[in-house]
Amino acid sequence: MLRKIAWKNITYKPLNTALCISLLLFGVGIISLLLLIQHELEQKLKRDLQNIDLVIGAKGSPLQLVLSAIYHLDAPTGNIKLAEARKIMDNPMVEEAIPLAYGDSYRGFRIVGTSRAYLEKYEAQLTSGRTFSKPMEVTLGADIAVRTGLKVGSTFLGTHGEVQEGHVHEDHPYTIVGILQKTNTVLDQLLLTGVESVWQVHSHHGEQQAPIDTIPHAETEKGHEEGHDHAEGHDHDHDHAHEHDHEHVESVMARDSMEITAVLLKFKTKMSVINMPRIINEQTNMQAVLPGLEINRLFYMLGVGATTLKLIAGGIMLMAGFSVFFVLYSRLRDRKFELALMRSVGYRPGQLFALLVLEGVLLAAIGYLLGWLLSRLGLYIINHQAESDFKIQFGTAWAPGEELLLLLTFTVGVISALLPAWKAMRMDVSAILSEN
Amino acid sequence: MLLTRNLTYQYPRSQPILFPDLQVQAGHALLVCGDSGCGKTTLLHLLAGLRRPTSGQIVIGEDRISDLSPSKMDQYRGQHIGIVYQQSYFIESLSVIDNLMISPYAASKSKARKVANRLDIETSLLRYPNQLSVGQQQRASIARSVMTGPKLMLADEPTSALDKKNCMQVIDLLLEEAVANNAALIIVTHDDRLRSEVSNCIDLNTIAN
Repeated sequence: MLRKIAWKNITYKPLNTALCISLLLFGVGIISLLLLIQHELEQKLKRDLQNIDLVIGAKGSPLQLVLSAIYHLDAPTGNIKLAEARKIMDNPMVEEAIPLAYGDSYRGFRIVGTSRAYLEKYEAQLTSGRTFSKPMEVTLGADIAVRTGLKVGSTFLGTHGEVQEGHVHEDHPYTIVGILQKTNTVLDQLLLTGVESVWQVHSHHGEQQAPIDTIPHAETEKGHEEGHDHAEGHDHDHDHAHEHDHEHVESVMARDSMEITAVLLKFKTKMSVINMPRIINEQTNMQAVLPGLEINRLFYMLGVGATTLKLIAGGIMLMAGFSVFFVLYSRLRDRKFELALMRSVGYRPGQLFALLVLEGVLLAAIGYLLGWLLSRLGLYIINHQAESDFKIQFGTAWAPGEELLLLLTFTVGVISALLPAWKAMRMDVSAILSEN
Repeated sequence: MLLTRNLTYQYPRSQPILFPDLQVQAGHALLVCGDSGCGKTTLLHLLAGLRRPTSGQIVIGEDRISDLSPSKMDQYRGQHIGIVYQQSYFIESLSVIDNLMISPYAASKSKARKVANRLDIETSLLRYPNQLSVGQQQRASIARSVMTGPKLMLADEPTSALDKKNCMQVIDLLLEEAVANNAALIIVTHDDRLRSEVSNCIDLNTIAN
């Protein structure tokens, strides 16, 4: 009966309760949305980071390098000479080195020249076809397959740069040989191919700009040796599987004069993670960046904004608490006869206390429920826009911290009901019933 | 049956009120008359256990309720005492039938319908209290007071807001319900119209002063 009375009291005058519920709902909604986005963003950034110890790329903003090389969210800082990068990739302390060459796109999705190790790093599985093995073969990320409708066997032309209106490389069509399963990582949004493909597409550009095609020949011997050495010493570069294949050797020789955009490195020991960046930054004209450090810096910067919003939402929650208090307290005057009647039919003071606290809790529960729904609606709308703008999808599942928010909301409901409840408990029933 | 002995009550900074000894058998009624301010409502609240007497005893059946602790008194009142007030108090957000069932010790809904039938408000059960006429409201109050099968029924000026026709109807219903529930009925009033209806009558004015 107590629960029924509490519920009826809240719903009987909906306008009175609408105010405090709407305040609660916005407070909860904003905080919940922030928690969700923060959680999802952290999860996504951490997932893409995997165990990449170091990123090497052209000098420039370290954060830009991390955002472009790992998350493919930003433009590259520039290109680096493969020969120079190779010196570091061949360092014995390096456990794994993944070269990345990018700059072209297809319908806004980045075409990334890399090695198969890149796919293995994110544990990508194929839904159909196979992994790229020859130049101009492409394996598609899951999201792109859905968005563009490209299938195994389809061909397409890359566009120079990231914008869709850029120059189209009409002489070099790519062929799709496989499609990846969804990995929930950055791979879902990439077109993956061998590094050679990117060189091939851009080779004629190089000739036009600097016609010094004698240099690759001059370095043939050195390149050959390096190729052999490399294949025996390390198995990280899968493109070297057939080191006796002559075509391949030639592409290896050509490489050292070529450029790549970045290298993702994993080291054998923690010591090298600390030492290598300093060596690279001081002795080469490349920069080495610890991605974990940059991402923490990014979180810190985002955190300042999130904290401000949380403070605002906290203020709204406080107002909501006051409004619950005012609604219960002001209705206490109107309800004193009802409460006195309840005492006279056998309810104990403690039960009246419980009734008012229950009403506060019910208001909080409704506010939380609606706020939760609002945050999901907000996320749905953000997802709708982020999909096209940032290529990020947020999940709408439970975020850690939301159970604390639930606790906070209930605490607000209980605390703001305490004083009215105490007044109800302590009232002089006989005096009220003697009034006329 | 109800019995009181040497009942007194003293409000802060005022003279103590001495009440006459009362005795009402189960199924019978007693009219307590007197002008406003002579302590009628105080007496009723003492009998209901809403106030504790300064001295003296109140006995209902075998139970000395003047000795009960406050929380035991709340429970006892809920189980054994039915009260009808001058104004009809209801929980306005609940339907009439839910108001009849409001007591934690109320009997089943089928009893509520039976009682409502006797009091001729069965068609109003699903409506809200403020949709009822004053006479209907008072009958609903009577219905609520007997929902626990009380040993003692108390009525505080139950007819003062009613016209003659409703007044007679309400007093008859109260007497009938007291008999039906085998409860002692005490009606506190200054309404002279009731003197002709209830033979057993005590006048507080003459005794107290």
